[in-house]
Amino acid sequence: MIDWVITTLGHLPVVVRTVILIALFLIPLMLSVAYLTYAERKIIGAMQVRMGPNRVGFFGFSLWGLGQPIADAVKLMFKEIIIPTGANKYLFIISPILSIAPALAAWAVIPFDKGVVFADINAGLLYVLAVTSIGVYGVIIAGWASNSKYALLGAMRSAAQIVAYEIAMGFALVGVLMAAGSLNLGEIVAAQKGNIGHWFVWPLLPLFVVYFISGVAETNRAPFDVAEGESEIVAGFHVEYSGMAFAVFFLAEYANMILISGLASILFLGGWLSPLAGWDAATTLPLIGPILDSGVHWLLIKISFFLFVFLWLRATFPRYRYDQIMRLGWKVFIPITIVWLIVVGIAVLAKLPPWWGA
Amino acid sequence: MSNFSRRFKSLFLSELRTGLGVTLRHFFKRKVTQRYPEEKTPLSPRFRGLHALRRYPNGEERCIACKLCEVVCPALAITIESEQRADGSRRTTRYDIDLTKCIFCGYCEESCPVDSIVETHIFEYHGEQRGDLLMTKEKLLAIGDKYEAEIALARQEDANYR
Repeated sequence: MIDWVITTLGHLPVVVRTVILIALFLIPLMLSVAYLTYAERKIIGAMQVRMGPNRVGFFGFSLWGLGQPIADAVKLMFKEIIIPTGANKYLFIISPILSIAPALAAWAVIPFDKGVVFADINAGLLYVLAVTSIGVYGVIIAGWASNSKYALLGAMRSAAQIVAYEIAMGFALVGVLMAAGSLNLGEIVAAQKGNIGHWFVWPLLPLFVVYFISGVAETNRAPFDVAEGESEIVAGFHVEYSGMAFAVFFLAEYANMILISGLASILFLGGWLSPLAGWDAATTLPLIGPILDSGVHWLLIKISFFLFVFLWLRATFPRYRYDQIMRLGWKVFIPITIVWLIVVGIAVLAKLPPWWGA
Repeated sequence: MSNFSRRFKSLFLSELRTGLGVTLRHFFKRKVTQRYPEEKTPLSPRFRGLHALRRYPNGEERCIACKLCEVVCPALAITIESEQRADGSRRTTRYDIDLTKCIFCGYCEESCPVDSIVETHIFEYHGEQRGDLLMTKEKLLAIGDKYEAEIALARQEDANYR
């Protein structure tokens, strides 16, 4: 199916092909963002022994509230975008765009299956790091352009936090880079080929935990949501935003969550590789064999799992105090990652099986 | 607890994992939500909803215009006027409860010596104009007539505790 699409698209002019590919990818992503908000409300509701949204449906059927994200989207589209007096109009409008563009652009190098990637560049991991760190400008500019003290406070908090966690995250990624010997995300997955034991979670477990927690902090999600901190500074950097401008920030946050989950799956859990790969008895079964074998669906399952963990964390933990966030980032995560980098370096040099041995 | 074991526990996120366990357990629990218009919570026989004036089985209204309810009403929501009827008994000519003032404390019901003014189980009512929530004697008696069976049952269920 995918091969057929690729060969058909190959005959089109480059510009048309690229636009079609982007649309093919962007529409499902936007839909999954919409339904991620629904999943968030349902899952957090369930963890609080409630039901979550269960009214809005389609054609008079409530369908467990599945129409809720559509209704929310329509509502936000028709709301007025209020630009506060004294706000810098140009920056105020451009900052939501600045925050969603990197969140979407980073997807260009994410491989969904062997060879299924928009841009198969060698510096993939570096590109992801570079592009995602631009996202913080959206937050800072939004906070500054709003001409509101709460927005500015939220932006300052978020900036300091993202800078702190970017380092720990970068170190965790360096560990993956050392282990895989490549910056190309496809090759990183290929380096984890074999069976479930070859995945990088096992040798890089501390880096994996640090990466995921830093990812939560990077996306300003609970328990690291001091940038929004609704009980402290109203809504942080996006207090003054309404309607679609607010919705774009919202989309960016959720797109970032999906991106972090995708990266965590690719870097540590073997991306599209099946946990049953290498166990031929299962993968050669009739009918269910192809499902149990490696494929895009495994990547999607892993992403869904990480997204569930994102929501689970939000339902469980109260917000960190600001100084504790800083302490965790600088005094715990960075030392842990540095120590583990040395361990990984030694393991790679010693050709530790099964990951680096022959 | 020693410093070392505390640090050990915090490094391996043991407290956090306990917390995650709690939320995960609740995730699979039966939900307590009542889907309101379809499902309703049970009401106590003492529930204090919309007011009603009751009658005796022979059709005579119970209220003897003693005005205890009017006096006890903390929100001053009750207005009573009375006169002597042709048969010599004292009856109300006017019995108004302003539901926009009423706080549903139930004192009127408690003070009533003849169980005339009562509060029913009805709470899903509305008024479309201001006057709709000003209950007159006729309206209250009509409610009493309509829901007498329900009202009597609730009094009977609670009789042992009154």
